Amino acid sequence: MSAVSYGMVVDTRTCVACAACVIACKTENDVAEGFSRDWIFTATSGSFPNLAMEIRSERCNHCEDAPCVSVCPTGASHYGPGGTVQVTESKCTGCKACIAACPYDARFIDPRTGAIDKCTFCVHRVENGTPTTACQEVCPTKSIYFGDLNDPESEVSRVLRVREAYALLPDAGTRPKHFFLK
Amino acid sequence: MKRRQFIRVGGYGAAGAAVAGGLTTDWYGRYGNPTADPGTDGDRVVPSFCELCFWKCGILAHVKDGRVTKIKGNPKDPLSNGHLCPRGAGGTGLLYDPDRLKKPMIRRDVRGSQVFEDVSWDDALGVVAENFERIKAEHGAAALALFSHGYGGSWMKHLVKAHGSPNIAAPSYAQCRGPREVGFDLTFGAGVGSPENTDIRNARCLVLIGSHLGENMHNTQVQDFADAIRNEADIITVDPRYSVAASKSRWWLPIKPGTDTALLLAWMNVIIGEELYDRDYIERYAYGFEQLAEHVKAFTPEWAYPRTGIEPDVIRRTARAMGAARPATLVHPGRHVTWYGDDTQRSRAIALLNALLGSWGRKGGFFVPSQIQLPPYEYPGYLKPDAQAADRPAPSDYPLGDQVLAQGVCDAAITGVRGDSAIKAWMVYGSNLPTTLPDPENTYKAIQELDFLVTVDVLPAEIVGWSDVVLPEATYLERCDELYNPWWREPYVAVRQEVVPPMYDSKPGWWMARELGKRIGLPEFFPWKDSIEYAKTRLEAAGLDCEVMKEQGVIRGKPGPLYFEEGAVPEFYTDSGKIELYSPKLAALGFDPMPTYDHSKLEEPPEGYYRLLFGRAPVHTFGRTTNNRLLSEVYRENEVWVNRDVARRWGLEDGERVYLQNQDGKRSSFSAPVKVTGRIRPDAVYVVHGYGRRAPKLRFVHGKGIDDNELITRYKVDPIMGGTGMNVNFVTFLRAADVVEDEPAVDEPVVVAEEVVA
Repeated sequence: MSAVSYGMVVDTRTCVACAACVIACKTENDVAEGFSRDWIFTATSGSFPNLAMEIRSERCNHCEDAPCVSVCPTGASHYGPGGTVQVTESKCTGCKACIAACPYDARFIDPRTGAIDKCTFCVHRVENGTPTTACQEVCPTKSIYFGDLNDPESEVSRVLRVREAYALLPDAGTRPKHFFLK
Repeated sequence: MKRRQFIRVGGYGAAGAAVAGGLTTDWYGRYGNPTADPGTDGDRVVPSFCELCFWKCGILAHVKDGRVTKIKGNPKDPLSNGHLCPRGAGGTGLLYDPDRLKKPMIRRDVRGSQVFEDVSWDDALGVVAENFERIKAEHGAAALALFSHGYGGSWMKHLVKAHGSPNIAAPSYAQCRGPREVGFDLTFGAGVGSPENTDIRNARCLVLIGSHLGENMHNTQVQDFADAIRNEADIITVDPRYSVAASKSRWWLPIKPGTDTALLLAWMNVIIGEELYDRDYIERYAYGFEQLAEHVKAFTPEWAYPRTGIEPDVIRRTARAMGAARPATLVHPGRHVTWYGDDTQRSRAIALLNALLGSWGRKGGFFVPSQIQLPPYEYPGYLKPDAQAADRPAPSDYPLGDQVLAQGVCDAAITGVRGDSAIKAWMVYGSNLPTTLPDPENTYKAIQELDFLVTVDVLPAEIVGWSDVVLPEATYLERCDELYNPWWREPYVAVRQEVVPPMYDSKPGWWMARELGKRIGLPEFFPWKDSIEYAKTRLEAAGLDCEVMKEQGVIRGKPGPLYFEEGAVPEFYTDSGKIELYSPKLAALGFDPMPTYDHSKLEEPPEGYYRLLFGRAPVHTFGRTTNNRLLSEVYRENEVWVNRDVARRWGLEDGERVYLQNQDGKRSSFSAPVKVTGRIRPDAVYVVHGYGRRAPKLRFVHGKGIDDNELITRYKVDPIMGGTGMNVNFVTFLRAADVVEDEPAVDEPVVVAEEVVA
């Protein structure tokens, strides 16, 4: 395990599904038109008038045991700084094996390059002196936490200690590093 | 390497890395492939403020190689606090919209036919000036009306005031916030203004009545709303629809549309009856408590139940929650409140409830805002207009409507409405009247009678297609504007700066206003070289540092005391100097001095029809942003929300396309997919406003979804202030598969027009 392990936590209680995270990510990362690296998921349960709704801002889970990395035939998908999952564009052949392998549907082909694109946890920022990801920075409800899961003093560690949290598809066995506060 | 081995090695992941290392390749190397920086950081970062909606959040625009790459919140700005809503983050989608107006244009065919010729600014402004002067000479200065929405409109207002017309209207009054301002002013002697002085972040109990915060993305309010959720405030949401806000609430009251005042009265009945109100506050500051207590006695929760559909027990328990948290209980006044024509009285009821809870001027209720003293630019005084505003049949109508009514100014262009038609020319700045004023057919009728129509806009909206002259404005990222100096939690001044030079042949509003002013003989009203010199003059007069303003985009002042308990002075600018629970002013004008509710006036939808409700999507500011391709990646077409049981009865499938047709037989121009959901009452349907666009030059959004506004052929006018209650229309479904396209899908002339101008 690397010394730093980046993770993200989204507070579903305060997220209002505004999608500022989606737009900010698109402009920060110059994401191809028609595609996005993060997205909003809304689940409504019950029937009128007894309803509940959960809202999540979702993206690549940067799994510790990432099937997209293990399946990649060229090594384009790899573990990067802070245990993030990254893609090297020049090595990606666009074979889409990782798209099939990813249980979170977090990957797509950038039509401009023919290579895989997905969330990078904004390592170009967080590894270079800007402590926030673009989605976290823009979020008007401050629902997105990002930081080092191995540092007990980090904000992500703190919120995970005090609030009940879950990860998506834990049974997929990928050890995701993206959590959601209930 | 054979393919099988290739795959097998890949399958081992980390183990493969060691192998790969041995093969002197970095295929599987950890950290060996630095992720590329997308390179969107600007070589320049310009502070300014946003115009994607009207909240005016401070932004930082990144410019790289002359192109705006991204827009961030300005952390120094007290409205954005460094965060933005999606619209603000998506401002580049407006700047680089390929459908933007690019050149000044003059119409070369009948109105509405969209045949224009590109002309020079000199020619376009010449035609405008000539028409302004001619119409002034023939009919008086008041025959020119201005409709304006957006901050750049300040220059046009100045121009039209200097010209001498009182007919300056903004649909944001009579089609939106007006009743709320009047209702609160009648009670507390002050409106809540914009940005509202609601202390949401400190509320321990927050009551939202139709306010869909989270879908309505007024940034600071939503930031504060999230704080309230984190603080575990008791949130009570009253809405026929399970809004995002409702999903965050402890209580969702799915009220029958149109009965809100009954609920408010029942709440007051419980709060007074169970002595949950702030006795000390009421004794000290309020007038008319005895009358109010007597008045609400009859409005028990049991009385309200059959009207509102909200159970008596729920009404009592929510009232107790409000009482328990007071004075940190905020009954939110809402923003778009022109619903049923009794909106001033409903807003009054909200104000009275707040008064009983002692929340005005208190922490967690309404804070006392302050403002930096910024002297106005010294102009020669405006001349007194030569006529009264033509917005109402008689000057005594809608006596408390203290701003010009946009729908009334529109009507005044139609022969016979005000005797002889009073308005001959319109200047329209940033207000797309056919999707803003109720009953677009009426608006088109008025347009056909005009002598002259000039629009100033960024995009080719519907109104542009009907214009004689079109002046393409630079977007908010390409122009400087008037300084922003709001009343807020802490006083501050913000500046809108030119981030990049205007694209195409667009020009900033200040330039257009000044050039027109010169041409119509008003040079003394435009003595400044440009808006920067104008802003500098004002800032220097206030002793504010222009360099700091330029670099930071905002200068913050010292906050005053926010609450009465912190030393804010309890001043109420009503006639009595007190909070008026009983309103002698309303009584003197022949209106109910305290709000009441008459259920017999509530219209029920006919069989097979549903009340049409409309609202917002978080990525859009109604029609102003629906052509924004970047924002539309998240939401590109509206849907018709239909209750699951209703859909089953109709056999409507989720995603199936329908047209809507209203009680007067008016059918929507386009169709939209049905959203089958449990999140709405069976007696109403809901659409996001801003779709069903008929303007063909809005190439992206044209034809997508349904325009609620064209189905608003009826509206109820608030007798107190003239607001247009628009939630009074009923619609039924027409399956798209059954509808034959027999109507033109674009705006076309409804009357054969007169000869071509110019």
